[in-house]
Amino acid sequence: MTVATGIRGEDRQNAVAGWLFMTPTILIFSVFVIIPIIAAVYFSMTDWNGISPPAEATFIGLDNYKTILTQPGIRQTDFFTALKNTTYFALGVVPMQTIISLLLAVVVNQSLLRFKSFFRTTYYFPSITSSVAISLMFLFFYQKSGLVNQILSTLTFGAWEPIAWMADPRGLIHIALSWFGLTIQTAPDFLTQTSLFGVPLWSWISGPSVALTGIMIMNTWTTIGTMMIIFLAALQDIPNFVYEAAQIDGASAWSQFRRITLPMLRPTMFFVVTLGLIGTYQVFDQIYVMSSGGPAKTTLTIAYLVYRNGFNNSQMGLGAAIAILLFIIIFALTMIQRRITGSEAAV
Amino acid sequence: MTTISESIPQSNVNGRVSWATVKKVLSYGILFLLALTFIYPFLLAIATSFKTLPEINQNPVSLIPQVVTLEGYQRLLTFNVPRWTLNSALVAVSITLGNLLFASLGGYALARIRFPGSKAVFLGILGTMMIPGIVLLIPMFIVLKALGFVDTYAGLIMPKLITAFSIFLMKQFFESVPRELEEAARIDGASPLQIFFRVVLPTAKPALVALIIFSFQGAWNDFMHPLIVITVNQQLFTLPLGLALLRGGMGQNLQWNSLMAGSMLTTLPMAIVFFVFQRYFIEGISYSGIKG
Repeated sequence: MTVATGIRGEDRQNAVAGWLFMTPTILIFSVFVIIPIIAAVYFSMTDWNGISPPAEATFIGLDNYKTILTQPGIRQTDFFTALKNTTYFALGVVPMQTIISLLLAVVVNQSLLRFKSFFRTTYYFPSITSSVAISLMFLFFYQKSGLVNQILSTLTFGAWEPIAWMADPRGLIHIALSWFGLTIQTAPDFLTQTSLFGVPLWSWISGPSVALTGIMIMNTWTTIGTMMIIFLAALQDIPNFVYEAAQIDGASAWSQFRRITLPMLRPTMFFVVTLGLIGTYQVFDQIYVMSSGGPAKTTLTIAYLVYRNGFNNSQMGLGAAIAILLFIIIFALTMIQRRITGSEAAV
Repeated sequence: MTTISESIPQSNVNGRVSWATVKKVLSYGILFLLALTFIYPFLLAIATSFKTLPEINQNPVSLIPQVVTLEGYQRLLTFNVPRWTLNSALVAVSITLGNLLFASLGGYALARIRFPGSKAVFLGILGTMMIPGIVLLIPMFIVLKALGFVDTYAGLIMPKLITAFSIFLMKQFFESVPRELEEAARIDGASPLQIFFRVVLPTAKPALVALIIFSFQGAWNDFMHPLIVITVNQQLFTLPLGLALLRGGMGQNLQWNSLMAGSMLTTLPMAIVFFVFQRYFIEGISYSGIKG
């Protein structure tokens, strides 16, 4: 009898303590995460401008979503241009950062390597630096007379024509096509005349612009350190005897990498690619500081469009709708990726 | 592994350069070259911050200023930068303290205290981690406006006092602490609060250091949140926000020595924290990274 009340007393004490300990967290999460999410869904169905009292906003149902997805016009064109740019951004950055950081991790992980911690520290440092500071630095390097052009010029023995990176709206694929004589003037009509979601086919296949490529290179540069450290930790978890056994069997370095390292790193690969996708689809700070979406909207990303609509164009409702579409896109991409990598790889 | 790799060069006695040597030279070559691409930009930014504007125009890539000037830094003073630095420090320290306290309380409760609803709370927090920050941009503004937190320190600090990431870091840590410690204290009649502060928390030092680093880094470098909270009051700018708007205000006529000076000013505190706590950074990121 006394034992039973003792246990119940302890249960109650635990319940009180548990909820007491969680109170600050629950409070802050409710006010600054849960309520905003609900508010986002609601306001995406209003015409709120961000200035008048929120209560005065008119409920307009799914009109914002219709404007973006189905009604031809500047808003639809902007959204799909941003979607295109952001997708090129992710398609470039995610594979680049994953492959480079994996290779770096494998090289740095070699047991006989000296200066290991120097390399680790050096590569990781940009990851802890303010995105605004890094963006300003690269803005400086990307000038016509800046560091990047000078390096390229040196590497090509002067053959490189300096370009003003951040002012260059030419798409990389367009540039490549122009080498074969295919430009907007010579392109077949179906490319230039047909539009999909308010963006001409010719623009869809532009590739990232030179300006966006500059930001992509910078973004890769800043993120590979973090990814490398994640890969390094996973590499250190692969037991040595697996490699030793393979070496005794005469496996080459390449086949060890392909048959042992890569399969063992699959869960980590999934994690890194997911991180990469989530990060790239939200790219914002760099765009704000370096290009404000220009030149010719070729660095307009979805995140920047959300901000611009909400805070510069007084279209909070429309901005909220775009943010929700972005959430759906990121969620879907993560799910698709999980399917491809195999669900057992899920962390 | 070590012994086998070491034995490879010795087995190659016929005078040819062994594959192991080639591999080594190649590895070091690539690693050092790459290290240079990581270090040079920072050195150049530092050098530029001490150059005069004409010199920057004339030679934007040299590492050594012909004339060392503090012009870039002095101009920053006229833009209220000291105030922005103080704001950044105040905000980052408050947010770090908040995360330390609330994340260790919450993480401990989720890891160790069996209370009704703990599973639901845990899943709820897990769910919010799936929501990309940018999605909350506008709704956060709506809530801050409703609370009257726009253009206030409260707006800068309160929403960031606890993050899902911090909670997970601490929860994971507390799960690794042996239960015997608490059992002994419990038998002695200590309350959960006493057990937490006297017995458990002192063992959590490594996790707390990792938490300090990540919270401080996140808050110090944050740009998006201050951007939406501070709409008009320049007195409340944080360093990254002020710097970005400074750039915007200069238009086409960018004063690079000041912009680089500001960037270095923003980088310096993080660099110090980083070099002092290096080990914890690396440990922390692998720890949190792997567990996802």
